[in-house]
Amino acid sequence: MAQVSMTVNGKAVSGEVEGRTLLVEFLRTGLGLTGTHVGCDTSQCGACVVHIDGESVKACTVFAAAADGAEITTIEGMANADGTLSVLQQAFQDHHGLQCGFCTPGMVMSAADLLKTNPSPTEHEIRDWLEGNICRCTGYHNIVKAIQAAAATMSGQAQAAE
Amino acid sequence: MPKDHGIGASSKRREDIRFLTGKGQYTDDINRPGQLYCHFLRSDVAHGRIAKLDTAAAAAMPGVVAIHTAQDLAAVGGVPCGWQVTDKNGEAMKEPKHPILAEGKVRHVGDPVAAILAESLEQAQDAAEAIELEIEELPAVVDMKAALSGESLVHDDVPGNLCFDWEFVQENKDAVAEAIAGAAHVTRLELVNNRLVANPMEPRAAIGEYDAARDEHTLWTTSQNPHVIRLLMGAFVLSIPEHKLRVVAPDVGGGFGSKIYHYAEEAYVTWAAKAVGRPVKWTASRSEAFLSDAQGRDHVTTIELALDAEHNFVALRCHTLANMGAYLSTFAPCIPTWLHGTLLAGNYRTPLIFTNVQAIFTNTVPVDAYRGAGRPEATFQLERVIDKAARELGLDPAELRRKNFIPPDAFPYQTPVAVQYDTGNYGATLDKALEMADAAGFAARKAESAARGKLRGFGLASYIEACGIAPSSLVGALGARAGLYEAATVRVNPTGSISVFTGSHSHGQGHETTFAQVVADMLGCDEGQVDIVHGDTNRVPFGMGTYGSRSLAVGGSAIVKSVEKIVAKAKKIAAHLLEAAEGDIQFADGQFTVAGTDNALGWGDVCLAAYVPHKYPIEELEPGLEETSFYDPANFTYPAGAYVCEVEVDPETGRVEVQNFVAADDFGNVVNPMIVEGQVHGGLAQGLGQALLENAVYDAEGQLASASYMDYAMPRAADFPSFAVDHSCVTPCTHNPLGVKGCGEAGAIGSPPALVNAVIDALSEHGVSHIDMPLTPTRVWEAIQAAKA
Repeated sequence: MAQVSMTVNGKAVSGEVEGRTLLVEFLRTGLGLTGTHVGCDTSQCGACVVHIDGESVKACTVFAAAADGAEITTIEGMANADGTLSVLQQAFQDHHGLQCGFCTPGMVMSAADLLKTNPSPTEHEIRDWLEGNICRCTGYHNIVKAIQAAAATMSGQAQAAE
Repeated sequence: MPKDHGIGASSKRREDIRFLTGKGQYTDDINRPGQLYCHFLRSDVAHGRIAKLDTAAAAAMPGVVAIHTAQDLAAVGGVPCGWQVTDKNGEAMKEPKHPILAEGKVRHVGDPVAAILAESLEQAQDAAEAIELEIEELPAVVDMKAALSGESLVHDDVPGNLCFDWEFVQENKDAVAEAIAGAAHVTRLELVNNRLVANPMEPRAAIGEYDAARDEHTLWTTSQNPHVIRLLMGAFVLSIPEHKLRVVAPDVGGGFGSKIYHYAEEAYVTWAAKAVGRPVKWTASRSEAFLSDAQGRDHVTTIELALDAEHNFVALRCHTLANMGAYLSTFAPCIPTWLHGTLLAGNYRTPLIFTNVQAIFTNTVPVDAYRGAGRPEATFQLERVIDKAARELGLDPAELRRKNFIPPDAFPYQTPVAVQYDTGNYGATLDKALEMADAAGFAARKAESAARGKLRGFGLASYIEACGIAPSSLVGALGARAGLYEAATVRVNPTGSISVFTGSHSHGQGHETTFAQVVADMLGCDEGQVDIVHGDTNRVPFGMGTYGSRSLAVGGSAIVKSVEKIVAKAKKIAAHLLEAAEGDIQFADGQFTVAGTDNALGWGDVCLAAYVPHKYPIEELEPGLEETSFYDPANFTYPAGAYVCEVEVDPETGRVEVQNFVAADDFGNVVNPMIVEGQVHGGLAQGLGQALLENAVYDAEGQLASASYMDYAMPRAADFPSFAVDHSCVTPCTHNPLGVKGCGEAGAIGSPPALVNAVIDALSEHGVSHIDMPLTPTRVWEAIQAAKA
C-alpha cells in the first residue's frame, strides 16, 4: 500500500492505495466521486474521462499512485461555482445530448478539453475528437449539436468580454 | 408555434441535471455497509463436463469469506423462461434447466461455475485463480445447421439441439406452396441477420442484502423491469414471497432489451447475502458482459416472395433458423415466433404468408430481445426481398412498394398473420422520406460520385412494428407466462403537488419528463408540480416495465386513466364545496367552475379539502386524492415509416460511407418531439451499426472472438453523419387515450434494410445482388471481386 495525495476538484485529498489501484477506482471507491464511470476494461469507452493537470485522460489508464501530486477535475467539479450548469453542461441539456447518462460524464470532460484547444470545431473535428468516447443511446447526433452550441455560446461570451 | 409546456412541447429533461453533474445513482454507485465483493469463475471453454472443481485452496486465500458452487445451491431453482412456444405438432418447446451455477456441465464460454465472496474485489479475483477447475471438453455446437445433426448435444435431453419447430400460419402452408408454384415471378433470398451484443454503456450489476431481524431481502439491480425480476426470482428461483423481497432498479445506464431478463448473478447475490449474513455486490466487467448479457438477432433465413403478372404480392414463405444460445433466456422463445412471424405482412397486403422457425440450442451466450426484437428480423428479410424483386423485374423499388401498400382507407386491417393494424398511412411516410432525401437529385449526385471513381447508391425501406407488447389476453394465448399491462398510481398531495408512481422504468427514455408533461397537461399545472417515481417495487404498483416501445402507449395510458379518476373525484369534492350539482362542474386549466356562473375553485383548494375534510361530502366520498389504474390495452400499437439511405462505396477498398440518412416515422401523437427524435437517432445508430459494423463472431470452438471493444465494432461518432428525422405524418393510435404508438425501436428496425439496399444499388452495375451484414470493407470488396470474376 502507498500513500497518495492529489487535488481533486480544488480540494486536497489523500488515501492509501495498492500499486494496482487505478485512478478511476480511487476516485469512485476511495473518494466516493461516483460520477466518473467504468464502461469497459480495454480503455475504449471513455466513460471514465477526467482532467489531469488540465488534459482529458481516461482514468482507467492511470494508476492512482501515478497521479500523486496531480490536479484532477471530475464531472463533479464542472458546474459553475453557484451550482448551476456550466455552458457546456447546459448545452447538453438544451440539445438532448444525453439519454441514459452513463457515458455523459466522459463526454462532457472530453468535449471540455476539445473546446479548450479548439474553440470553434467543425462537425467533422468534433466527431473525430470523440473517437475515444462511446455512446450507445444518442447516435451522437445531439452530442455533436450540443458541443457546437456550447462552442458558439462560449465564443459569444469571449467576444462580449473583449 | 411550438408548445412550451405539456403535451407536444420539447420540455428539457429534468433527469439531465443529475446526470450532467455526476449525481446519478447507478447500481455500482451504491455501497452497503459491510458489503462483500463477488466475483464469478466462468468457464473458458464452450462445452464440457466438469471433471474436477476444488475450491479448498482458494477458500483459504486472504479476505475470502465464502466460495459457492452448484452443490451449495441444491435448494435453489433454475433461471425460469417467461414464454412458452408450442411447436408444429402441438408439443411444448424443450425447456432444459438453466442452473444459477453450472451443474456438471458447462455450456458456453462465460457459464458461471463458482462464486467467490471476499472483502475486496481484488481478493475475490485472486482467489478465483486458485480454484482447481478441470473441464473435459466436448465438441462445441456453434453452427446452427450443424447443430440439427445432433452429433453433439448442448443438453443431453434435447435431441437435435432443437428447442422447437414452429409453423405459422399452419393452415396456410399448402395454399402458400400452391401460390408460389403458380406465380408469375418468385424472388428468393437467403440471408443472415447477424448476432449482436446489446452493449448498454453501464455493465450489469447487482447488490443483495438481507435483514435477518425482519426477514427482508433487498436487491439493487440494473433492470428494465424490477417487478418482473421480483416475480421470477422470488417465485421460481429463491422461493421468497413478494412482501419480503424488494427489488430496486435505480438509475440504469441503458438496456436495449438486455436488462429485461432475470439473470443468474442477481439471484445469486440475493441468495448469498442471506447465506453469509452480509451484503453482496457484483458488477460485471465489460468482458463479462460480452460473455453473459443475452445477445440479439442471429437468424439464418430463406425467404420467397411470389408476385403475379401485375406485380401484386401473392404469397410469402420463410424458413428461419433462430439461435437460442445455450439456455432459454426470459423471453427468448417469443422473439423469432410471435414478435417475428406476426410482422411478416409488413406494410403490404400480401394475402398468404407461411413461416417455419426452428429454434436451436448452441454452445453460445443465450439470445433474447435486442432493440426491436423479431421485428427487425422480419423487416430486414421482407424489405430486402422486395428490393431484390424490384431489381429482377426492372421496377422502381418505391413504386413496387406503393403498389402493394395496405391503402390508408383499408384500416383497421386484418393481416393474414394474426395481428390487426388499427391505423396507418404508409404512402405518406414514403413520400415524405423521398422528398426529404431529394430523390429527384440522386442521378446528378451519382454522376458526381462516379466522376470521382465512387459508386453511389440509394436505398429505401418501409417498416411496421408492433409495440406495447400487450394485451394480456392475446399474449397469454400466444404463450406469455405473464400479463402485459401497466400500472400507475397518481397521488395528489394536500397542497396540490402530484406524485406519480409508474410501473414503467426509465433507463434513458426520459419518462420523468415526458410523463410529467402528460399529467401537467391534463391537470393544467406546471410540469414542475409533478414528480415521477419508478424503479422500486416497494414504492410503485406492480408493473411490467419498459421494453417493446411500450412505456408511453401502455404506461402512459395507465397514468392517464388514474388522472381521469382523480379529476372525476375532485369534481365531486368541488361540487360539494361550490354547492353545485356535480354535472355542472367543469375542470379546465387547473380551475373548477360551475357552468354558466363565475363560481370557481382552484386546484389547491380542492386538494386541501380532500385531506382536510372539514367541509366535505364524507357520507358519499372517502377523503384523500389518490388513484391507481392497471391499463391493459385492446391491441398492440403499430408505428410505421419509411427510411432512405444514400451511400458512397469506394470500389477500390470496399468502404461504405453513409452520405445521408432520412427517417420519416408515423408514431401517432408525440408528447415530447425532442425526446422522440433522440430515440430515433439512437435507434438509427444501432441499426446502421448492425448493417455496417457490429458482429458477434464465434469461432468453431465456441470462443467469442469479438468479446471486447477492441474487437466488437461499436458505432463511434465519426461513423455516421447527422440524421434527418421527421414525425409529421400522424395517424393517431385508435385505441389508447393519448393516440400514441411508441418510438424506441423504429430506428433499429428500418435502417438495416435501407442501408443494405443502398449498397446493393451502388453495386448493381457490378451485378452484386446480396451481401450479408455487416457490410465491412472486406465483404463489400470481396463481393465486387466475386461479381467481376
